[in-house]
Amino acid sequence: MPTPPGAAPAFPDAAERSTRDTTLRNNLRRATHTIRAKRAAAVAELADWGELRAAGAAIKDHTLRHLDHYLEQVEAAVTAAGGQVHWAVDAAEANAIVTRLVRETGEREVVKVKSMATQEIGLNEALAAAGITAYETDLAELIVQLGHDLPSHILVPAIHRNRAEIRDIFRTQMGRWGRPAPAGLTDEPAELAEAARLHLREKFLSAKVAVSGANFIVAETGTLVVVESEGNGRMCLTLPETLISVVGIEKVIPSWRDLEVFLQLLPRSSTAERMNPYTSMWTGTTDGDGPAAFHLVLLDNGRTDALADQVGRQALRCIRCSACLNVCPVYERAGGHAYGSAYPGPIGAILTPQLRGTVSALDASLPYASSLCGACYEVCPVAIDIPEVLVRLRERVVEGGPVTVRGTRAVIRPARGHAAERAAMRAARWAFEHPRALRAGQRLASRTRALHPRHLPGPGRAWTRGRDLPEVPAESFRDWWQRTRGERGTA
Amino acid sequence: MRVALFVTCVNDTLYPRTGQAVVTLLERLGVEVDFPAAQSCCGQPQYNTGYRHESEPLLRHYAEVFAGYDHIVTPSGSCVAMVRDNYPRLGARARAEGRGSALAEAAANVVPRTYELTEFLVDVLGVTDVGAYYPHTVTYHPTCHGLRMLGLGDRPLALLRQVRGLKLVELAGADECCGFGGTFAVKNAAVSTAMGADKARAIEATGADVVCTVDNSCQTHIGGTLSRRGSAVRPVHLAEILASTEGRVL
Repeated sequence: MPTPPGAAPAFPDAAERSTRDTTLRNNLRRATHTIRAKRAAAVAELADWGELRAAGAAIKDHTLRHLDHYLEQVEAAVTAAGGQVHWAVDAAEANAIVTRLVRETGEREVVKVKSMATQEIGLNEALAAAGITAYETDLAELIVQLGHDLPSHILVPAIHRNRAEIRDIFRTQMGRWGRPAPAGLTDEPAELAEAARLHLREKFLSAKVAVSGANFIVAETGTLVVVESEGNGRMCLTLPETLISVVGIEKVIPSWRDLEVFLQLLPRSSTAERMNPYTSMWTGTTDGDGPAAFHLVLLDNGRTDALADQVGRQALRCIRCSACLNVCPVYERAGGHAYGSAYPGPIGAILTPQLRGTVSALDASLPYASSLCGACYEVCPVAIDIPEVLVRLRERVVEGGPVTVRGTRAVIRPARGHAAERAAMRAARWAFEHPRALRAGQRLASRTRALHPRHLPGPGRAWTRGRDLPEVPAESFRDWWQRTRGERGTA
Repeated sequence: MRVALFVTCVNDTLYPRTGQAVVTLLERLGVEVDFPAAQSCCGQPQYNTGYRHESEPLLRHYAEVFAGYDHIVTPSGSCVAMVRDNYPRLGARARAEGRGSALAEAAANVVPRTYELTEFLVDVLGVTDVGAYYPHTVTYHPTCHGLRMLGLGDRPLALLRQVRGLKLVELAGADECCGFGGTFAVKNAAVSTAMGADKARAIEATGADVVCTVDNSCQTHIGGTLSRRGSAVRPVHLAEILASTEGRVL
């Protein structure tokens, strides 16, 4: 069960612990640097990447601006094709809908296609509480589930695990969930993959209900699209009798022509592949082929609130490629769990506080989980200016202001715990507006420099724990200028 | 050509040598430099920490102080990035909130006249050989704002390659952040320190005795990390290298 955000530690505390875990740091460094280099090469193959990126952003922006229209189009098309559409305003409602739909089939087990939306709402846990077992079928999700762990990466949920750890998890845990690992399993990737294949095959062949998300919904035909590497998803999407897809409302794109852009942007950005190995598309139901019943649960869960923010809404363009995680120096050291959400890394730092609000200590700390280096914006295939949104959300934390909560405009107050910082910012601004005061302060610092401590008290202590402060010079620049040039140029 | 030096609050208070080097360098290149004494801070610390309303008066102040100059030159990529990227945003937001267009006009007025030092040298003055001499092995860390927000590209390296006596060595993972990030270094000290340590190791591995940047704030972080590790590598601002000559190596 994921820790509720109210109880989870703030990002700096969680990250402080994870930066001390050298195995984790090494696993993350190796994995992110490998995929980072591959992605750069795959993107460099396309001369028109810049245009594709702009097109992706424009299509998403257009769709979001007319989201009501396209969602109604989706509902009509899915219904006409024999599917049923359900609307879920939040996680509880979505979980209740899926639980009811599974119960109505009489089944107690479901197989799952890797899905961020169902992680976001904690579906597996909600199903478990209702006596229904959900089996993850994506290899990395399987590793996470068997290890009683949480995903720590959007694309590679078990990125924080190395081969030896995975072997140990398979050996000790597989038997508790189904077919046990073969005797004498080693940490060779081929052996690990084969063990997972055998374990999962039994699930695919026995499951009557599958739950998936979708990477895209094509509005004109009501078609859902999943891209994947392993083929597990296709098994789940075709073999069971009932298919339930839980999809965020921002996943809609208008037409098949638009899909062409994203099928170039997504695989190159995420897995550094020219095309992903499996692209599955399904539209309602077809007699004698695939699931006999299809349900689409359209999930809001804070998305329309995010849409109301003129700066923050660009986060809804996200196609979950995870390129921003792989280049982020903060993610690389802190690991995904520190973000306390299904969405880690830079995109998580802007998406989670918009979907959940900035009330909990964790959610209020996420906009600060970045050095604003801009590497995430540079690689984003739909040009989300993540640093811009981070600053916008910091503003919401320290200054409060108007927001939309469940569709209603509200004014939130500044988060607690920033009073000293706010006072310091005001004092600094006053000094900067009064250069004489600034100069007096500089002179005082220069004259007392022999007395400056090497280790600062208060908030500055965090700095001097790992780094030395520069010495204050005997003379500031402005004093040097005045001494050597007089008042010339003092406009 | 009336050129004003915006020395930045960090340089003014902690790194006066950088400002002095800019003056020396520009005067050697025949540029008359003014230092408007009423200048202070671009407002980036406030803005990036979420105090938008504290940064707005500093935009107004900046625009007033530098009103009469053709060019505003500053030895800090991140402060130029504040002016170029965020001043227009401050103006647009103020207008959208119905507070008039004065802030937007102030931003529009200063944005095209504000230059980072290497931009000014290469794009405005059209020089890459500034007649410098610097007998050291140097590696270059392209600071994030210079690299990504300003797109300085090859300009600093083009300048460094023309410096006589200087041996330029490549820095592995040069485009990775050093971990400073303003208040990030305090708010997320553990991650910031870990990033700094990795950067310091990469710098030490080059065998350089000097690491060069175009930003004193990053230099503070890199220097503080190197110092704590007892490293012999010195952080130096590019302006100090470019101002050095046979007679006077800074």
